Amino acid sequence: MANAPRQTVMRSDLGRARGLGSAKSGTAHWWAERVTSIALVPLTLWFILAMFRLVAVPRDTVIAWAGNPINATLLLALVAITFHHMALGLQVVIEDYVHDEKTRMASLLAMKGLTALLAIASVVAVLKLALAG
Amino acid sequence: MTDVREAQFVGRTTDGRTVRRPLSPHLQIYKPQITSGLSIFHRITGCALSAGTLLLVWWLVAAATSDGAFATVSAVVHTWLGHLVLFGWTAALWYHFCAGIRHLAWDAGYGFELPQVHASGKLVLVATGVLTVLTWVIGLVVA
Repeated sequence: MANAPRQTVMRSDLGRARGLGSAKSGTAHWWAERVTSIALVPLTLWFILAMFRLVAVPRDTVIAWAGNPINATLLLALVAITFHHMALGLQVVIEDYVHDEKTRMASLLAMKGLTALLAIASVVAVLKLALAG
Repeated sequence: MTDVREAQFVGRTTDGRTVRRPLSPHLQIYKPQITSGLSIFHRITGCALSAGTLLLVWWLVAAATSDGAFATVSAVVHTWLGHLVLFGWTAALWYHFCAGIRHLAWDAGYGFELPQVHASGKLVLVATGVLTVLTWVIGLVVA
């Protein structure tokens, strides 16, 4: 029995499994990643089409474009869903590669904070553009 | 009990003995394949696009701030280095977009046969190339 596990655990298989992950909401992260990716398909296409007209225009044109409520709405949706999708993805990357528990927790918190700030900054910018126009 | 993850290695043989399950070989043992290659490239482009969002945020915030700030972003973007970064950003976006749709098809239960997996993988690469070039042709003609 050289390969036998070291621990002698007086716990049921179910109890052990429960300690290793959620028994109820385990698919929430996976599902959220899928839902955001589906939403990003049309939003990305819209954004690229919009950028064709905005790559080399003066600031006034950008403000006028963002002043259109439809553009502002789609831009806010794009920003919110992009950063949500990005945080979900980066979370998995960090969890996969950062093994030390403290470093992992610190990396996750830093990443979540940074993506939240970037999202908020974008929303403030879009709202300012939209309401100024 | 040392590490809680140790419990994941506990398995039972058919005759009921508990054994420590083997660890799968590390990445460098495997032959590089289009399946694994595209998979890791999906993750790499995802990380690259995350960094690329900084450009989007900068552009939005600058547009909301002042003419001067907006002029700075425009000047930086329209250098050759700026165009190179933007080109990489476009390519990464189209790759992640196409490979993401491939993943969604798998999630819906389609395309799991190996020939289909290889075909869809090649299709993703071709589509990425075509869409990236198309985006830049249109972008340079319109702009």
